[in-house]
Amino acid sequence: MSRPLTIRDLPREERFAPGHRMCQGCGAAILMRHITKAVPKDTIITQATGCVEVTTTLYPETAWKHPWIHVAFENAAAVASGVEAALKALKRKGVIPESKDVKVLSMGGDGGTFDIGIQALSGMLERGHDVLYIVYDNEAYMNTGIQRSGATPFGAWTTTTPVGKVWRGEWRRKKDIISIALAHRVPYVATVNPAFLPDLYEKIRKALSIKGPKLIHAFSPCVPGWRYEPELTIAIAKMAVFTGVWVNYEVENGEFRVTTPVPKRKPVEEYLKLQGRFRHLTAQEISEIQKYVDEQVEHINKLAGKVVIGPVER
Amino acid sequence: MSKSLPSWRELPIGAVILQPGSTVRYKTHEWRTLRPVINQDKCIRCRLCWAYCPEGTILELDKPYTTKAGKVYNITYEVNYDYCKGCGVCAYECPVKAIEMVPEVR
Repeated sequence: MSRPLTIRDLPREERFAPGHRMCQGCGAAILMRHITKAVPKDTIITQATGCVEVTTTLYPETAWKHPWIHVAFENAAAVASGVEAALKALKRKGVIPESKDVKVLSMGGDGGTFDIGIQALSGMLERGHDVLYIVYDNEAYMNTGIQRSGATPFGAWTTTTPVGKVWRGEWRRKKDIISIALAHRVPYVATVNPAFLPDLYEKIRKALSIKGPKLIHAFSPCVPGWRYEPELTIAIAKMAVFTGVWVNYEVENGEFRVTTPVPKRKPVEEYLKLQGRFRHLTAQEISEIQKYVDEQVEHINKLAGKVVIGPVER
Repeated sequence: MSKSLPSWRELPIGAVILQPGSTVRYKTHEWRTLRPVINQDKCIRCRLCWAYCPEGTILELDKPYTTKAGKVYNITYEVNYDYCKGCGVCAYECPVKAIEMVPEVR
């Protein structure tokens, strides 16, 4: 690696057609545009059911310019495993030349990955298929109407964790998918954020150059589900990084590296107050979330071996 | 709808979609209530609006442009109004506020 990429290095060619029905200001749409730019032209994409799947492939139209396949909600990773095994068999039988390097990319939302697709994902990671799995995490089942998922953070309002006298939104903490992937001893795991696109581009390129199962966890702000004005998508994605709620890092063969260091962290309130799903939180609940974020940052700093995410500055 | 839909015999096996990127047939401009207008003289060609647009409707064109102050740029950013949904991410993220969201009048 010579110099870090900048926004000028992103390719101009669009491989994700407009006219799809994703919401105004959708964070996942920004991710899909840049993921399709980063992967080679003949990459085979398998997708789990989710917002992106239902909005981009309304029969008889598709927004994708890559070979693209969808089977069911739970099996995006299993389909990708099969595609990868089929490519191997075709090479062995001489149908496609041995030298042809076709990548396999699998994508799912947080529901299709954290909850419903976890067994397929675990199987794919454990069997060691040469597949890159990207999860775009909008922290609930947004497509069906904002029901909680295993990725919903503490305190968030959803239609199945309502706010009232007894319930105060989600009372459980977010599932740690990265640790689950790392427990399978995979060669590459990373987190990306749509506000940091050169970083996203570089991580996808790097992941594709590594053989074996890889997982990338992407932050994906959701306008209707998180209850904010559409123009704030990138502002929220940036604020998540600046408050330490989201940390951009990668783990390559066990080596941990934070790619977006934050020397002075902002209080978590700055991130929460931008979103309507956290509107009900009291000062005490916010301080509890701050405590969780502090814990996470402490853990990250311990893994990095130095202070990469700084203390909170008020 | 007057045109009858194709029967299952006429569809390809598995109802595979054979045209990549065919959603371009569906124009999403009618979702828009605010229209982004780029002020070409103010724009510093930082590429952020192009990068952050969820639809890819900010076009990066190899069209030279000379500003009123006499600065020459080799590229120009224009909005593809056929697909812009008017979310306003471009205007919000523009570091020099060269994009204005004006109410759509039809």
